[in-house]
Amino acid sequence: MDSPTLFVSSHAPYWHNGSRLSVKNYHIMIAALPAVVMGIYQYGAPALGVVALSVSAAIIWELLMNFVMKRPVSIGDGSAALIGLLFAMLLPATAPWWVVVLGVFLAIVVGKQIYGGIGCNPLNPALVAIAIIFLSWKGLLDFDEALVDYDLGFCMVYPLAALKHLGTSAVSDYTVAGLFMGQSSGAIGATFGLGLVAGGLYLILRGMIRWEISLSFLAGVFVTALLFNLSDPGKYAGPLFHLLTGYTLIGAFFLATEDSSSPVNFVPMLIFGAGAGFLTVLIRNIGAFVDGAVFAILMMNVANPLIDKIRPKALGGGMNHA
Amino acid sequence: MKKPFFGLTKPKLTYTGIDDIGQDIQTIPPSDRLFLSLNCTKQDMQDLKLSIGSEVKTGQKLRPFSGMEACLTAPATGVITGISFETGYFDQSFVSFSIQAGERDNWDAEFEQAGIKPESENVLSFFSGLPGISDLRHLIRKKNPLRAIVVNGLDQDLLIVTNQLSLKKGAEHLAHGIDCLQKITGATQVIVAVPPSLRSEAEKGGVEVKVIDPVYPHAIPRLLIKQVLGITAPASGRLEDLDAGVVSVESVIALGQAFAEAKPPIFKVLTVIDKGNRSIGVRARMGTPVLHILDALHTTVTEGDRLVFGGPMSGRGIYSTETPIGPDTDAILVQDKTQVISPSSEPCINCGECVRACPARLPVNMLIRLLENGLYEEAARQYDLLSCVECGLCAYVCIMRIPIFHYIMLGKHELALTGYLEESNG
Repeated sequence: MDSPTLFVSSHAPYWHNGSRLSVKNYHIMIAALPAVVMGIYQYGAPALGVVALSVSAAIIWELLMNFVMKRPVSIGDGSAALIGLLFAMLLPATAPWWVVVLGVFLAIVVGKQIYGGIGCNPLNPALVAIAIIFLSWKGLLDFDEALVDYDLGFCMVYPLAALKHLGTSAVSDYTVAGLFMGQSSGAIGATFGLGLVAGGLYLILRGMIRWEISLSFLAGVFVTALLFNLSDPGKYAGPLFHLLTGYTLIGAFFLATEDSSSPVNFVPMLIFGAGAGFLTVLIRNIGAFVDGAVFAILMMNVANPLIDKIRPKALGGGMNHA
Repeated sequence: MKKPFFGLTKPKLTYTGIDDIGQDIQTIPPSDRLFLSLNCTKQDMQDLKLSIGSEVKTGQKLRPFSGMEACLTAPATGVITGISFETGYFDQSFVSFSIQAGERDNWDAEFEQAGIKPESENVLSFFSGLPGISDLRHLIRKKNPLRAIVVNGLDQDLLIVTNQLSLKKGAEHLAHGIDCLQKITGATQVIVAVPPSLRSEAEKGGVEVKVIDPVYPHAIPRLLIKQVLGITAPASGRLEDLDAGVVSVESVIALGQAFAEAKPPIFKVLTVIDKGNRSIGVRARMGTPVLHILDALHTTVTEGDRLVFGGPMSGRGIYSTETPIGPDTDAILVQDKTQVISPSSEPCINCGECVRACPARLPVNMLIRLLENGLYEEAARQYDLLSCVECGLCAYVCIMRIPIFHYIMLGKHELALTGYLEESNG
């Protein structure tokens, strides 16, 4: 049964819904842009420099690792650029160039490539980098210290630091609306609440991030902060303050939702998000650090493989058919 | 069939209804060459009785091997001009006979003369298969006989309309066909599952009807049994372990017609899905080569295109236009080379799309990690490999374009080879 016409053969299905990793990553970057643009608008050229250097350095590290590890070139999928962008969003605008280059090295190489590249990283790469930088150079991520030369027309004290050291009376000047519109000092891409929420909602509606994680993270922060606030309003700030400050919103929509390090089943996603939200406020209120989002999400990343074992029973699974 | 702009919900793929495409069945003019095939092993070939030059009559019962009960029905009158032993899907080997058909049909009278009734002992020797079902032995069992049968009036895959057209055109034979089916199998309960548009056709004969929402993959046998009868098939990977079965409405109608007219069925209704994704209902003799059907429809295929037996989600690729349509070929899908999407060798990024799409609630993200590394038994034991209903939605939604469905079928095949299935079934 030889045939002169050669056909392409493969296994079913012969249709695909057309989704692509690069498209997804570029959309996440677009969704992050409002917050980034606001940061650049507020902090000017230094912020732009950090973002540009971070994204390009991330791509170069990825390319170098592709060559070193003799793997196909993977910079086209947008994953390295996204990690670079997210890492820059977590930095103060005045971060020195070597911190940016070192940071994305930690994110791309230590956080992602040594585990085998995309899909294999157990932790969020951008968070691995920021955690190492934070623990190694104490002053670099102290926003009051880093942004001391800026006066943007609103209170330039980093809200979470003020809360930690001086209590709720020190943060009574911050209004919810002001925080939501980005009127507080902080990281380049983490202070503009409206932009982050808009970007996050866009990604949720497009099905590019999992709403269960974002929503349960925010709920976890809200409920935990509310309980603390009710127990001692003089010492612990209210839930809305915690939702709109620090890395809460960027964490909810852009960091906790990273595919490889988060669960995929429904109940585990809720536990993962709520746990990260709970830990965030716990670290902020009674822990040693000013912001808890980084370590909270990293800790839940570690717990992810275990949590994700909670899953619905498969069709006909577990039945006795002997 | 692209991903919708808003992706919050699961993909919803609806089966094509015959109202969407027109309801005619084109009859393909007879081909002068036909092929018959029968599963067998290399050793069986030594017992081959049929030889080149043998003459066959239309509807004649052929028993190619002296030691085997299995038989074939000659689809035309002519001479056997070639016999070859071949290997097909997943190592299945079979013998193929090519028949040079004569100008006129000369019907064999054995079936009529034997006066076969549905309740006859030897009914299997005349019907080893029917249009829509390649092996009746799954239905007629001495051990563990069927209690309930679902007659599938929906189609197996998207864009296929074979069963719907069969029901529309042959509704008058349905009640008789079900009667015959009950006598043959001993099943006490037979329910016809239909899409909403065919409810009135199915109810004409006074048979029990259940309307099914025509959303893919509701018509896949294990899911159909669950919806219609409320029975969940155990995850053994085999439907034969159940006391309920699924048979296509085309088979039942063909069965009813065969006994009414005292002629074994030689025609198959099938859907040709052309390069523009149009579904065309045709009727052709079983054993007709694909090329003959495509030529009759003026559909051309060129190098780099794809030819598939079945639908876009679960069909099986074929590699030659000489391949004949068999009793279970419900559709021929022709895909232009510009539409061919190649699978990738990228790793899983754990996005969970497959997990949300899976109708059997499998942890596909974990499963694929084991399957990629050849850990089939672990995949079955820890991650329910055998619960898969084989719908293909996981690979359809995979953002990394991993051939997940392929890995799953390979895993099941490898497990079957090692005998794991028998072990797990006690």
